[in-house]
Amino acid sequence: MSTEETLQQKFPAAGLTFSQFRDNRRIVVPAESLQPLLAFMKQDLGFDMLAELTAVDYLEYEGATDRFGVVYVVVNTKTGERLIIKTFVNDPDPVLPSVYSLWKSADWLEREVYDMFGIKFSGHPDLRRILTPDEFSAYPLRKDYPLKGRGERHNFPVITRADS
Amino acid sequence: MPFEVSDLAELDAPEQEYLWTLNFGPQHPATHTTLRLILTLDGEKVVNAVPHIGYLHSGFEKLGEHLDFNQYVTIVDRMNYISPLHNEISWHHAVEKLLGIEITPRCKYLRTILAELMRIQDHLLNTGTCALDLGGFTAFLYFFQQRELIYDIVETASGQRFHTSYTRVGGVAFDVNNAWVDKVRSFIKGFAAVHAEVHRLLTRNRIFIERVQGIGYLSAEDCINWGVTGPLARASGVLRDLRKDEPYLAYADLDFKVIASKGGDCYARYLVRMQEMVESIKIIEQCIENIPEGPVNVDAGSKAVIPAKPSVYRSIEGLIQHFEVLMPNRGFPTPKEEIYAATESPNGELGYYIVGDGSPRSYRARTRPPSYIHFAVFPQIIKNHQLSDVVAVLGSLNIIAAELDR
Repeated sequence: MSTEETLQQKFPAAGLTFSQFRDNRRIVVPAESLQPLLAFMKQDLGFDMLAELTAVDYLEYEGATDRFGVVYVVVNTKTGERLIIKTFVNDPDPVLPSVYSLWKSADWLEREVYDMFGIKFSGHPDLRRILTPDEFSAYPLRKDYPLKGRGERHNFPVITRADS
Repeated sequence: MPFEVSDLAELDAPEQEYLWTLNFGPQHPATHTTLRLILTLDGEKVVNAVPHIGYLHSGFEKLGEHLDFNQYVTIVDRMNYISPLHNEISWHHAVEKLLGIEITPRCKYLRTILAELMRIQDHLLNTGTCALDLGGFTAFLYFFQQRELIYDIVETASGQRFHTSYTRVGGVAFDVNNAWVDKVRSFIKGFAAVHAEVHRLLTRNRIFIERVQGIGYLSAEDCINWGVTGPLARASGVLRDLRKDEPYLAYADLDFKVIASKGGDCYARYLVRMQEMVESIKIIEQCIENIPEGPVNVDAGSKAVIPAKPSVYRSIEGLIQHFEVLMPNRGFPTPKEEIYAATESPNGELGYYIVGDGSPRSYRARTRPPSYIHFAVFPQIIKNHQLSDVVAVLGSLNIIAAELDR
């Protein structure tokens, strides 16, 4: 039985959508079923590596209904099987459950998604900005982030030699 | 009034803080680039390490949304600048998968040779600087001289030593000639001697071994759980190599071994990298004698490919196609789909997640940088080590800040 069939049997009411493009096998899952699905995959199906966690802002995407898509690429290192799990979250308060308890690699990956898109991960032990400074107020990979203007640098406090 | 000891006891001093904090980086010779660590030390023992990254963050992924698939290759070049061509190969591997382009056999072999040269180049610098940071200068110089030869090879192919921007959608910028093949052959011939020499310098060198053996241990379970891939994971006994697991380019036809070790420490990583170079040479040897004849770029009938210059200058179809691909308001159609494609870069799994929206630019161009994933493990493995081991572990993890911060 393929992984997709197992998941469909285990979560019949979750509304999973399966698709394939080239060699990418993808599952779209509603945000509320994400945590149990990933936990089941990790603990019972042997998907022991979270290879990638990223997000996409669908603000300007033609025909998109949701704002953010969050993508998890999970790998079973025993069989080499690779699956892509995707879920959607929306404004005004995009929150997803953290998967740090399942895969440690989610630590920095979730911090990066938070830093770049402002998607919060509840249950993450240390959700701080990682690539931009702590004073940074915007989420630069969102599609509504302005590409022109004076820039964030002008909002930072100026430290002169006298008070340093 | 003379000073008495009893006065001291009554002083209302705060409790003595005996742990002290050391700011390591962002500019330190042993960090090579801009890494910053806040180390909490108990004497010379590291109690805690907090990495602060982002000093080199330059919005590469945002740029990827505004440059087309061929232009962005100049940016991916600058991510892991130790093996720039491999990033390009990886990027166009993902793009071609999205567009559904099957590259020609000649291009597959050519890219395989270049990818393996990049793997050697990366491992040369990594093992070289690892020894350099620990005080072994000679090995570094021997290896850097070999790197120069690889620069020459790359320059012969692309016209650039470093940031080559060589690959294109559906092929490469220029085909290689016989002079290039001869250069690769002579590099292979000379490499074994230098490799053996460095083996003699380092592998059984007591000073080197004492600095790296048992340092920075990572278990196989930790590797998998933290998402660690590439030579780091293989040095811990995780038999995972995308060249074998998910073959791409010409790797399915080639005979090579996956190098692994059970050590899990810095010494095991050094050994794995040294041996991987030998395997890479084997791969290049198999490829260089069997490069298939024929065109290097896919047929110009595919709308995504930049046509060859003679056809641009001498035929109206070529000229039209050239304009269609290169004019900013034209471009070729892409599927409205998303793809994740990964290759085994010298550092580990280098993946790209591309979202296509019908235009010749990616809607989202995410890089899965191995350095970023690997550096997250660093605070765990450095705990309870000596301060001087920080350099050894950083060297063995091969953190490239440009790729780390993007």
